[in-house]
Amino acid sequence: MSTREVSKAWEAVIGLEVHVELATATKLFCSCANEFGAEPNTNVCPVCLGLPGSLPVLNERVVEFALRLGEAFEFSVPAQSIFHRKNYFYPDMPKDYQVSQYDAPICVDGTLIVDGTAIGIERAHMEEDTGKSLHVGGSGRIHEADHSLVDYNRAGVPLMEIVSRPEMHSAEQARGYVSALRGVLGVIGVSDVKMEEGSMRVDANVSIRPVGSDELRTRVEVKNMNSLRSLGRAIDYEIARQIEMYETDERIVQETRHWDEDAGVTHGMRTKEGSEDYRYFPEPDLVPVAPDDSMRARARASIPELPAARRVRLVSEWGIADHEAAVLLAEPGLADYAEGAVAAGASGHDATNWSVGAVLGYLNENALAPQGLLLRPDGLAELIGLVSDGSLNRKLATDVLDEALRDGKRPKQIVEARGLAQVSDEGAVGALVDDVFAQNSDAVADWRGGDDKLKKKKRGFLMGEVIKASKGSADTAVLNRLLDEKLNG
Amino acid sequence: MSAATRNGETAAEIAAAVRSGTRSAREVTDAYLGRIGAGEEAVHAFNLVTADAARARADEIDAMIADGHDPGPLAGVPIALKDNLCTRGVATTCSSRILAGWEPPYTATVVERVVAAGAVPLGKTNLDEFAMGSSTENSAFGPTRNPRDPSRVPGGSSGGSAAAVAAEFAPLALGSDTGGSIRQPAAFCGVVGVKPTYGTVSRYGLIAFASSLDQVGPFANTVTDAALLLDAIAGPDPLDSTSIRAEWNPVISAVDEGIEGLRVGVVTELLDGIDADVAARLSEAVDVLRAGGAKVGDASVPAAIHGLAAYYLIAPAEASSNLARYDGVRYGLRVDGVDVADMNAKTRGAGFGAEVKRRIMLGTYALSAGYYDAYYGQAQRVRTLVIRDFDAAYRDFDVLLTPTTPTTAFEFGDKTGDPLSMYLSDVCTIPTNLAGHPAISVPFGTGANGMPVGVQVLAPALGERAMFRAARALELGAP
Ligand SMILES: [Zn+2]
Repeated sequence: MSTREVSKAWEAVIGLEVHVELATATKLFCSCANEFGAEPNTNVCPVCLGLPGSLPVLNERVVEFALRLGEAFEFSVPAQSIFHRKNYFYPDMPKDYQVSQYDAPICVDGTLIVDGTAIGIERAHMEEDTGKSLHVGGSGRIHEADHSLVDYNRAGVPLMEIVSRPEMHSAEQARGYVSALRGVLGVIGVSDVKMEEGSMRVDANVSIRPVGSDELRTRVEVKNMNSLRSLGRAIDYEIARQIEMYETDERIVQETRHWDEDAGVTHGMRTKEGSEDYRYFPEPDLVPVAPDDSMRARARASIPELPAARRVRLVSEWGIADHEAAVLLAEPGLADYAEGAVAAGASGHDATNWSVGAVLGYLNENALAPQGLLLRPDGLAELIGLVSDGSLNRKLATDVLDEALRDGKRPKQIVEARGLAQVSDEGAVGALVDDVFAQNSDAVADWRGGDDKLKKKKRGFLMGEVIKASKGSADTAVLNRLLDEKLNG
Repeated sequence: MSAATRNGETAAEIAAAVRSGTRSAREVTDAYLGRIGAGEEAVHAFNLVTADAARARADEIDAMIADGHDPGPLAGVPIALKDNLCTRGVATTCSSRILAGWEPPYTATVVERVVAAGAVPLGKTNLDEFAMGSSTENSAFGPTRNPRDPSRVPGGSSGGSAAAVAAEFAPLALGSDTGGSIRQPAAFCGVVGVKPTYGTVSRYGLIAFASSLDQVGPFANTVTDAALLLDAIAGPDPLDSTSIRAEWNPVISAVDEGIEGLRVGVVTELLDGIDADVAARLSEAVDVLRAGGAKVGDASVPAAIHGLAAYYLIAPAEASSNLARYDGVRYGLRVDGVDVADMNAKTRGAGFGAEVKRRIMLGTYALSAGYYDAYYGQAQRVRTLVIRDFDAAYRDFDVLLTPTTPTTAFEFGDKTGDPLSMYLSDVCTIPTNLAGHPAISVPFGTGANGMPVGVQVLAPALGERAMFRAARALELGAP
């Protein structure tokens, strides 16, 4: 039996734990700014430094954000949830315990639709982030370092940990889950969901089992993937590694493995003997979280249309293909951009074409978000209008759009400044044809005496000369008609 | 003889004199600093006396008076602060080597409040390390002596604050009470000590021992002075999530309302095992209350006797987590090691005393996987029973009466070799902490050895007004 055939006998079982940094103005338990990239240890106070005597006060905004998640993923939100302390020693954790939620989280039992399949979400809970360590010397890991520096700006930043059920079966599906999750979190405005900057961190629990079985075998937790691509690679690698292990009768141990992006492999991490005992107990410095009806109502009212529903609507309203709608929604803000153009008069079909084409290309090239574009959606609508009323041809329109995207000028302005308006006026085009005929009388004579093949060639040449003379602005439909009239006339 | 005359001037008298301009705050402060200078060496009530800051603060108070401003109800009243209350820029040690030299960048809410009320902090008082103990013998900086008899302990853990008031080093002091740490030393030193309802006094800036039990409260020579101080510190604090949101209903106006018709229950379960002289004072206290018009009967709180066991699981469990942060990374002591874990271990090994280590070990064990339900979980269930039994008792009574401690102050070294017998001195005080209820210890005569006896009045949550009425009656009728 070949390896390939054997592999078909196995099915992967994947669950994802996603940590999302919430985009609140302040931290979870104090009023320090929650911002990325500040000078080390400037956004700190006695509370987030865990100084003796300090006490946490829950940021209500975090609860509001959690309630939005509750709505968006159809979680049930119990009347009360509580915080626990997770106790372990680590230098970047100021209190040497993390305040987190344990057996009474704020959100339980939700769902996310991933490409038509419902994936269960076991829970989502609030917790505080840790600081960041920089280990100097050795391999860059804490154990061999000469010394370590700690930045506590991130300590106490609010996180939601979102734990899926082990209901995914391929790397592709796991990527789809994360990208759908990101889409929803983005539109409900709770996070800027940037995997590369660490505001969204994904750990994967991977196990495999024989196809047709419903057992859950020993799972391995894979960490350190910082893009969707590396998530997919890491899961594929881990699946293959585990299949290999089973087929060579090696035992899989429950462990945490570290994805090495450069080497394309996972490594077992140094683990302590036995499993860590976090000695969870209810956090006595906080009271239970009991969101009242008005908070719940506010969360409900704040939820905009979610990506899955929007995709269905755009397909039906605009008559675009499902995959086009998917591309529009995959780039945060792009669907808003296209809808903005439609609101300014463009057709849904045209707005989609330009948005997923030239606009998206420009965004990717320049690592921009649609919100940052100098050309606003009504500008795109203006361009689309110029094309559809015949005053600009498609090819020139692409150039104009490019310039408009770059410097933010209105398309009409660019067309005027560069004299690109399409010349449709019969008199003007006719005069151009007459000029070209006069300067190329040989070609006209060749056409008159030629066979079909020569006629076609000479007509093409003359047509090209007229377009050149018009600097591309001649309306080709008018030109075609006049050219035939004058040659045959 | 009333407590007020026994100990000279009261805080209320000082504040009245300073506010009316008949005495200056500076003069009062200098007098108390003088007494500290003369007596502190024998007592060791303080870890730190902040004489210069006290004089400067007193001068500010006097300047306010001169400008026609009212400095507040504690105008010019010197106050001693337990050294587990954070004071900005002033060393705060918890009597532990691990915090030696640490100066907090912020001030505890209670300290802000007493200063805002016009009080003059004199310094930081000694305690059992991290408030763990009942004799102040667990201080890393040496024990405090009982001013009534220097061969005896002042009690603990707020032994320094109790001794400071008893020795007239300060008319008022703040302590903290986790299982009796205000009331037991108050009883041993013959002063008034109050543990308020959990959540009435902010814990922000109180260095935590056991968060669900800790509460800051007053020491004073009189019940009225204690009420004055409690009113100054109580009330909601947005910096403490466990603080009760409702405005504080002042107790000062209740103190002299009398006890006609007040229903007082003597907790029968807490009479077992107490010394005969203490029991005798308690029965005289009952007579005093009856004479004042109270209806006294027997009350039953069956779960109270299990309180001690539950407390010695819950408090160490919370402490094991609260004290994890003393790891040598950010502040306080650091003993270098080969790596971070080794540095943590060496720092904690050198920085904590034996009792603190014992409780961290107990608490770590009680929270461990596989033991949690049998220990911490079970203790929480007992706590629920204690609350239920108190609730039942308070259907028949307005307040309850117990001795504060089973014995009077013991001698140094008596119980240090036997932690369990030391723990037993808190048997009568612990149940109120578990329930979150208020209690007050009032001096009531002396024992066979001439040392003070304290009787304790308990009340349901926010029942401080009735509690103070009974306490005042006991003070007036004390032998
Ligand atoms: Zn902070």
